[in-house]
Amino acid sequence: MTIESYSEAIVADRPKALSKTQSHYCPGCLHGLAHRLIAEVLDELAIRGTTLMVAPVGCAVFASNYFECDSVVAPHGRAPAVATGLKRVSPDKIVFAYQGDGDLASIGTAEIIHAAARGESITVIFINNAVYGMTGGQMAPTSLVGMKTTSSPFGRDVKTMGSPLKMSELIAGIDGATFVSRRSMHNPAEIRKAKKAIRRAFEVQINHQGFSLVELLSNCPTNWQMTPLESLRWIETRMVPVFPLGDLKNAAANNGLKGV
Amino acid sequence: MAIELLKGNEAIAEAAVRAGVDAYFGYPITPQTELLEYMAKRMPELGRVFLQAESELGAINMVYGAACAGKRAMTSSSSPGVSLMQEGLSYIAAAEVPVVLVDVMRGGPGLGNIAPSQSDYFQMVKSAGHGDFKPIVLAPASVQEAVDIMDLAFDLADKYRTIVTVLLDGTIGQMMEPAELPPMKPRRTAAPGWALTGAADRSKNMILPFRLQVDDLEAYNLQLQQKLALIAHSEVRYHEQMVDDAELIVVGFGTAGRIAQTAVRLARRQGIKAGLFRPITLWPFPERRLSQLADDARGFLVVEMNAGQMVEDVRLAVGGQAPVKFLGRMGGSLPMPDDILAAIVKLDQASTRAQPDAPCTIEGPSMPLKHFVSVN
Ligand SMILES: Cc1ncc(C[n+]2csc(CCOP(=O)(O)OP(=O)(O)O)c2C)c(N)n1
Repeated sequence: MTIESYSEAIVADRPKALSKTQSHYCPGCLHGLAHRLIAEVLDELAIRGTTLMVAPVGCAVFASNYFECDSVVAPHGRAPAVATGLKRVSPDKIVFAYQGDGDLASIGTAEIIHAAARGESITVIFINNAVYGMTGGQMAPTSLVGMKTTSSPFGRDVKTMGSPLKMSELIAGIDGATFVSRRSMHNPAEIRKAKKAIRRAFEVQINHQGFSLVELLSNCPTNWQMTPLESLRWIETRMVPVFPLGDLKNAAANNGLKGV
Repeated sequence: MAIELLKGNEAIAEAAVRAGVDAYFGYPITPQTELLEYMAKRMPELGRVFLQAESELGAINMVYGAACAGKRAMTSSSSPGVSLMQEGLSYIAAAEVPVVLVDVMRGGPGLGNIAPSQSDYFQMVKSAGHGDFKPIVLAPASVQEAVDIMDLAFDLADKYRTIVTVLLDGTIGQMMEPAELPPMKPRRTAAPGWALTGAADRSKNMILPFRLQVDDLEAYNLQLQQKLALIAHSEVRYHEQMVDDAELIVVGFGTAGRIAQTAVRLARRQGIKAGLFRPITLWPFPERRLSQLADDARGFLVVEMNAGQMVEDVRLAVGGQAPVKFLGRMGGSLPMPDDILAAIVKLDQASTRAQPDAPCTIEGPSMPLKHFVSVN
């Protein structure tokens, strides 16, 4: 092959929806990957310019710096309510909320449940890393039984601290929820499935089919006190058995008229 | 427009509609519920947004979201509900988006009761949420004034990108009075440049209620304080009656101010030179005008439906130039004109400019002393 006949094809590039900046996330943290997957979907669906993001309080509080779309930061747990306000007055926009598990599964349970119950036309990306990352690794409602965290130093004891809260199952049981999926980011195959679910969730919103949520099993190497690779293995061997992967609800596929 | 017999809460709702509110989010609580119910019917009629939230936490954050989109958004509640909204209010203040809140106060603390009260003056004027911020607080004393204030509330919120609270008690919310509604204003169509409308052909807009670096947050706070100083300088509003030759000034806001007006007239009939001063903006507080009045007045009587809250601001404004006495009722009771009159008579006898600190005990003729809060 001569130089002249060589043609280049870009096979991987930074998504347009992802800002050109360094992130503050810890080495090995999957928040960055989740951002990238969302950004790729915004590009592919050509909705970056009409998308409004609601960022949470949690490690992703700086998400506004990383997405090339308009955004606001909600109080801890209230992102679904803020997203509801945005969407109700801007029905022509795509609104998504990005939430951690402390945010969505603890302090913000009322807001997420009722946004789903109303069939709010928003998309929620739910990062489940089984701890409160930003405040230093305290126990979350999603922490596994026996899991040692800074606020459960002897391990999560079911008798006094309850069992992991499975929010996606709970939300899938709500009539107003159209698409609910739990995916993981611990290996390339799962990452591809995660992206597909994110894409599906945004399509549900674009098609005015109601509420969509994708839970992504994620890691926190810093607070789990593991190397990034160990943390991926931990997701696979410890989290996945407790939080099974798959589409928990796909009403749009079953019934194209849902949530008109 | 014609004068009609209107219920306070409903008149406020319709006035908000005519001022161009795009979205209402709320949660039921007495004595404000008629406002929510009116909006439930009226907003969809006009193709605007009404949503009953899952809680006041939900409501205030929905308002936050809608305001971020550059729309005129409001909520309404009463004391316990407003307590729940305070985190959201602080975020809204930090984000500097315009929001209107109608707070129809009821008796507290705790669940208290559903009777009219003014016991949340401190909550709204002094501490509407964590951090250094102040909403503009407007206190109407009649249904008509409440109607007129709604348009002003939305304009001020937009002008300063701030929270404007309309603070009233259950009396005005529940009472029917003749009032005239303004004509329907056209709704704003263009969104302000800072609003979240999609970054299709401009750089992204970010509404951030935080500044993590110490220097940034201090600079931001300084800028916020400058805005508040401008509001304090430009937006003071009050109502006064017969103060020109007054020796005694009776001060009250909202319903208490209105009852005090009757007492001042009764005092005048007895030859006592009393005047009425009724702040309409509780923040910014009309401290300069009160301080001017203190140059000549022999004494002040503050009447409130609480244990003595605004009286602290009156004392600060008067600055020890004359005695400031207090008459208050709590738990949903109203101070009666005769009781206020008796307090004015007492003050008239006791206060001289020469003895600003002369003791003065206040008793009501028709009510045993224990019913009154008397701060001396
Ligand atoms: C009302 C309120 N309570 C507590 C906090 C402190 N806080 C900040 S982030 C956080 C937990 C975040 O954890 P999670 O939602 O799981 O997100 P992560 O940081 O793990 O991504 C807490 C408790 C707060 N900011 N506001």
